[in-house]
Amino acid sequence: MTPVEETLKRIQSHKGVIGTMVVNAEGIPIRTTLDNSTTVQYAGLLHHLTMKAKSTVRDIDPQNDLTFLRIRSKKHEIMVAPDKEYLLIVIQNPCE
Amino acid sequence: MLPASAKAPHKQPHKQSISIGRGTRKRDEDSGTEVGEGTDEWAQSKATVRPPDQLELTDAELKEEFTRILTANNPHAPQNIVRYSFKEGTYKPIGFVNQLAVHYTQVGNLIPKDSDEGRRQHYRDELVAVSYQGSQESVKVISETGDLEEDEEPKELETEPGSQTDVPAAGAGEKVTEEELMTPKQPKERKLTNQFNFSERASQTYNNPVRDRECQTEPPPRTNFSATANQWEIYDAYVEELEKQEKTKEKEKAKTPVAKKSGKMAIRKLTSMESQTDDLIKLSQAAKIMERMVNQNTYDDIAQDFKYYDDAADEYRDQVGTLLPLWKFQNDKAKRLSVTALCWNPKYRDLFAVGYGSYDFMKQSRGMLLLYSLKNPSFPEYMFGSNSGVMCLDIHVDHPYLVAVGHYDGNVAIYNLKKPHSQPSFCSSAKSGKHSDPVWQVKWQKDDMDQNLNFFSVSSDGRIVSWTLVKRKLVHVDVIKLKVEGSTTEVPEGLQLHPVGCGTAFDFHKEIDYMFLVGTEEGKIYKCSKSYSSQFLDTYDAHNTSVDTVSWNPYHTKVFMSCSSDWTVKIWDHTIKTPMFIYDLNSAVGDVAWAPYSSTVFAAVTTDGKAHIFDLAINKYEAICNQPVAAKKNRLTHVQFNLIHPIIIVGDDRGHIISLKLSPNLRKMPKEKKGQEVQKGPAVEIAKLDKLLNLVREVKIKT
Repeated sequence: MTPVEETLKRIQSHKGVIGTMVVNAEGIPIRTTLDNSTTVQYAGLLHHLTMKAKSTVRDIDPQNDLTFLRIRSKKHEIMVAPDKEYLLIVIQNPCE
Repeated sequence: MLPASAKAPHKQPHKQSISIGRGTRKRDEDSGTEVGEGTDEWAQSKATVRPPDQLELTDAELKEEFTRILTANNPHAPQNIVRYSFKEGTYKPIGFVNQLAVHYTQVGNLIPKDSDEGRRQHYRDELVAVSYQGSQESVKVISETGDLEEDEEPKELETEPGSQTDVPAAGAGEKVTEEELMTPKQPKERKLTNQFNFSERASQTYNNPVRDRECQTEPPPRTNFSATANQWEIYDAYVEELEKQEKTKEKEKAKTPVAKKSGKMAIRKLTSMESQTDDLIKLSQAAKIMERMVNQNTYDDIAQDFKYYDDAADEYRDQVGTLLPLWKFQNDKAKRLSVTALCWNPKYRDLFAVGYGSYDFMKQSRGMLLLYSLKNPSFPEYMFGSNSGVMCLDIHVDHPYLVAVGHYDGNVAIYNLKKPHSQPSFCSSAKSGKHSDPVWQVKWQKDDMDQNLNFFSVSSDGRIVSWTLVKRKLVHVDVIKLKVEGSTTEVPEGLQLHPVGCGTAFDFHKEIDYMFLVGTEEGKIYKCSKSYSSQFLDTYDAHNTSVDTVSWNPYHTKVFMSCSSDWTVKIWDHTIKTPMFIYDLNSAVGDVAWAPYSSTVFAAVTTDGKAHIFDLAINKYEAICNQPVAAKKNRLTHVQFNLIHPIIIVGDDRGHIISLKLSPNLRKMPKEKKGQEVQKGPAVEIAKLDKLLNLVREVKIKT
């Protein structure tokens, strides 16, 4: 297995992680460990939010770029790592 | 009377008398006396009056005579007409000029009788006159034939007006039709034909019928395109342009066809690889960050402690500190191996290398080299396996991606972290001079004169070898062969055997490049020089058992420290043969390390699972921290201080690495006196240690 796949596997099996998914540049999920409807919902919503965040960061300073986005809610934490073409989304329950 | 009449209209009535007067004078000259007599009265009664606009001439001019000549020349004709002669190429005057003067012209409409047109008209007039006469006579007689012909005539009559213009051609036909016309009908009023000989000919070409031919193509496929023009999109476009320009510049510079070929090959390879695992390889960076974040969430409290926690209780604990356990690093693959070496990376301060092997002579198996980052405690950043246990490692200061490793089987290897192969980049072998015993320590040196990488290794076979990386090969040079001094045994045949000493540890001086210390299995420490291969500069009887570690003080150039399995840690001044300080730790000491932030602080780990921290400035005789770090069964093998963070990592023989944070008491800086500035820097540290040493030295001198 490629090191990337191993890393993703490790992340998924880490303590508190509820689900991981990989979304492409158009907001279409490629890989997911959650059920379809949830995945589609997360993918669509987070894609827009990430684009907005990225646009914000870059508008302020074009030489800057978004590396990570974290949304902490009451129940869990959504983490988004944007890449050039993909989006890696992990939902974790941090407090245990 | 003409002259008078000619002049009369010009002049006013009151001047008539003058004109008449003049006229009478002329008459007097020309005509008879009748007129003269009659007008004498007129002439006498009237006086001549001058008109106001009369030309005034002098008498001489009045009497001037003008001659007039009647000639046949036209006075108005030009006299000097010049025509251009093409023959000669110049303008030449024409000899004869036309003198004809036309006085009166009038265009007439008389036609000569004998011309064509004259004859035609004549005939027509005759016909009209005859038909007028004949119609009255022959109306009754040819009335029948006229009826018949009437049918034909309308047709002919219709054609006639149309063909009246075709008079000359239809002249003969016309005569016939005109004769027929005469009889029944009254003479019509003939149309006046055009007197000019005018004929119109028209013809029309065949117009091709027009047909519409149409063709419709398939409309091009359409897609909607929309984009936004943000500041960063514009910036990106510019950056791309720049990169393209730079690439073209580079291509211009390197214009060899060989390079192009190799480039193409590389591209082909890349594309074939990419097509297989295209999507996910690009995620590697994102996945790495994500893993670290997930770990941060899980170990959130530890991360917070690492950064911010300072044991407040230290204020109340007098001169004693604690170690706060932070992350634990362990890996399944290295489970049953002991930690044999620890080294922090000089450039990336959160990265450290761990060597795994086994100290047990009987149980020798494989080895591993793992590099962990504090940011991801659950999985190592780099992992390398080897056949033989890793006994020691060192990371190059200038090239933080090069790790030198010494194995249990005597081999040394260099791993290049930039190339993630599991195999070392360079490895020694039996041919290339590997040690015959385990390599206990390796240390990088400065590059030699040819900029080649260079490191030293020490092993139990008594050789200290300098390895140089020359053109991708490891070349070894024996620097020193350790001999056991004073124990040359004599063999019956009189040969002198020099038993070889076994080196177990060494350390190079920080400033004096050629000087280094070697600890041996016999418990002796030799001070050696790179230049002298057979003789030692100095010998210290350090320990009763083998020396595990020797280490120069990072600040003070004269002080070094050694530890051994005989439960002691000793601090030396290299000019004095006896140790300055001796510490007994009740258990075999695995490793000692100086703290990088202070010249008087050091840490020692023992096989009973305890870590000891000493600060000589605070307490010369005891440890200021004495804390069990691992379970009692686990023997602690190595300890290292981090260069910037106040943490230490401790490795044990179960393959676990524990990171601990030093409490404030352990990191104490000397308290500044009021008014004095806090001095920092190596000089202060040296002075601090010197003070202590002097005390000890005085004591020694006294005893």
